[in-house]
Amino acid sequence: MSTPTAAPRRATLVTRALRVAEMVTTPLLPADYLDLINPLRAGADLRGRIVDVRRETVDAVTLVIRPGRGWRGHVPGQYIRIGVDVDGVRQWRAYSLTCPASAPDGLISVTVKAIPDGKVSNHLVRRTQPGTLIMLDQATGDFVLPEQRPAKVLFLTAGSGITPVMGMLRNHLDELADVVVLHSAPTADDVVFGAELRELAATGRITLLEQHTETAGLLSLEELASRVPDWAERHTWACGPTGLLDAAEEHWAAAGIGDRLRTERFRPTVVTAGEGGTVTFAQQGQVVEADGATPILDAGEEAGVLMPSGCRMGICFGCVVPLRDGAVRDLRDGELTTATPENPVPIQTCVSAAAGPCEIEL
Amino acid sequence: MTATAEKFDLTIDGSGAGTPQAPAAEATTDATTGARTARTPRTPNSRLSVVTTERRYVPKPSGKPDPVAHLTAEDIEELGRELDALRQEVLGSRGASDAAYIRKVIKAQRWLEMGSRGVLLFSIFPPAWLVGTAGLSVAKIIENMEIGHNVMHGQWDWMRDPKIHSTTWEWDNASPSEFWKHSHNQLHHTYTNVIGRDNDLGYGIMRVDEDQRWVPSYLGQPFYNFLNMLVFEYGIAAYDLELGAYVKGRGKDKETFRRDAMKVVRKIGRQARRDYVIHPVLSGPSFLHTIAANAVANLVRNVWTHSVIMCGHFPEGVETFAKASIEGETRGEWYLRQMLGSANISGSKAMHFMTGNLSHQIEHHLFPDLPSNRYAEVAPKIREICDRYGLTYTTGSLPHQVASAWKQVVVLSLPNPQPGRTRVGIAAEAVGKRVRRRLRGVTGMPRGRQSRVSA
Repeated sequence: MSTPTAAPRRATLVTRALRVAEMVTTPLLPADYLDLINPLRAGADLRGRIVDVRRETVDAVTLVIRPGRGWRGHVPGQYIRIGVDVDGVRQWRAYSLTCPASAPDGLISVTVKAIPDGKVSNHLVRRTQPGTLIMLDQATGDFVLPEQRPAKVLFLTAGSGITPVMGMLRNHLDELADVVVLHSAPTADDVVFGAELRELAATGRITLLEQHTETAGLLSLEELASRVPDWAERHTWACGPTGLLDAAEEHWAAAGIGDRLRTERFRPTVVTAGEGGTVTFAQQGQVVEADGATPILDAGEEAGVLMPSGCRMGICFGCVVPLRDGAVRDLRDGELTTATPENPVPIQTCVSAAAGPCEIEL
Repeated sequence: MTATAEKFDLTIDGSGAGTPQAPAAEATTDATTGARTARTPRTPNSRLSVVTTERRYVPKPSGKPDPVAHLTAEDIEELGRELDALRQEVLGSRGASDAAYIRKVIKAQRWLEMGSRGVLLFSIFPPAWLVGTAGLSVAKIIENMEIGHNVMHGQWDWMRDPKIHSTTWEWDNASPSEFWKHSHNQLHHTYTNVIGRDNDLGYGIMRVDEDQRWVPSYLGQPFYNFLNMLVFEYGIAAYDLELGAYVKGRGKDKETFRRDAMKVVRKIGRQARRDYVIHPVLSGPSFLHTIAANAVANLVRNVWTHSVIMCGHFPEGVETFAKASIEGETRGEWYLRQMLGSANISGSKAMHFMTGNLSHQIEHHLFPDLPSNRYAEVAPKIREICDRYGLTYTTGSLPHQVASAWKQVVVLSLPNPQPGRTRVGIAAEAVGKRVRRRLRGVTGMPRGRQSRVSA
């Protein structure tokens, strides 16, 4: 028998130590105590601490974040989901990273623009203080430049759609020979990163075309050929409101060069709530029509769906299951709860009625 | 309806209680998931609405008067609306400061527990033993009461923090949270003080209301209660497992019971290994002292929680309800039952905190899912409502309420007096009968039925 090498022996020791630690902390986990000491340590759930809040425009800020040790880095153009507590309630939103991919200080940043009635964006822009601890997810998304950098690039952006593009410009501009940025914003002052973009344009690093929609109206892609004559030769990355992206996809497809366009959609988590709706129990393959006065528990059971249940009056939390998508209304007070597949929310089915189409994780 | 027409659940240990079901629901239970499937269309659950169209009252065997005879159906409906509005008021202002409160409490509790366990590594030195044991006792109490109980009630689910959520929380107690949530949140809070449906009325081993039938075994209940106090966490575990009903052959099926029992045994094992093996071993020369410290901390926690919990529904002045009285019960009537069926403890902020705000038992029972830190502000409003509607708001200091609950346990260990017969006389006669029957070798009715013999 060969003697075990040092590495596995150490691994075994660590595992054993961990098991002993778990025996000490039961019913909690060692992590629950370690988080008190350092929530950003290696091995912890990924969190970040906001170290600076920089104002970009009247309604946009850049959050500079120190990520936890588990941060695996990102490719410029990708986004992260951040979980932030707004009025005590954890809310998750996705934002594009705008920072250098490997900053020596290890900090990352996202830029957030407040949207009208946006619960999270307004909180981040107007009320967030340095020192706040937030939850993070690893970076994701394929709105990135290919390894083989294209010779000619067009960035077609509007509003906060500039953020992933800024991430690419700040990291890869030296590798790009010919860059046109066609950006829409209500006024010159509303252009996020306006000064930086204009500086790049002034030094000839990029060609910047600004469309100030308050005076010039919305950008029409009919004008594209006149503003960027060689647009069809360029590889294009487009990010902005749905209307712009839909129009762009149509325009590029019509020209037969749909493969030269890449889009990134920011889906606002606005769910239109109605009165009753179709309830889908995907795992059990059941679809039920429920009115706005019937608890989802009753509607599901009537259709033969197996569901956990309890008091049937909203007090015992024995029926809690995640709402994966859609909106439900609390029958006691009319309070609306919405969820998306990226952001499921546990609900009490015995006091919740469908408020539009919704999907339950059962 | 008369007293005799009342379908009295004779299973004193409450094995007649079960999972709440919507009225008119013919349901089957799926043994593996506990999920239920309805077979027939159901009527909407009456407790979802405060609309009350008729006054419902079912007398109890004792013939005690209806405590709310002076209220009309409209009064009860209005009461329900007022309480709904009060709940809404708190929900409307629930936010960041509440979230900060529970996080602060959890953080402080964990530091206190870590610190105390750290000090106990040197428990061979008497001052370290004293400080460590005191700290650990307090930490365990806070963990069970203000944190565990309330988190598992879903009071903090609204924060959507998966680490502080009723579906994920596990507490420092012999009983696994899964079973506790079922017997406590679902059964006790829905059927509060309904004789035959709410097992918390005496935990199936005691008689704490004169409308519960007496059997000779209750003579020993002052002793059982004392014993239960010392080992309360194991009492809760056995109770949540529904051990009593199973032993009597009226509980879960064998397979389910074995599976559940294994979960309890494993949890008890983990808890005991931590307190009586790992932590002492880590203490080295302080091994025995740390064992003693942990045993004392668990004992202190048991005695404290048992005493507080006894004050919730056992003291004098608390009403119980006949089983038939809750058929078709509305939300307004449910509120009424919670108010009359619970008792508060008055005292300092520190006392309220150490009881997990269960000292605001009435408020907790009206709004079991409101954050515990908000009960104190709701309490005067509830008291005012009680005054206005002519309802008893039972409250008293901790020593007074503990004494009152113990008095009930002692007095009700004897049967109710009858005209011309004293409690002791009736008890002596019943015991004598039983002894004579044993001596004659007559087994009488099957064992399972003996508890149904009326006094």
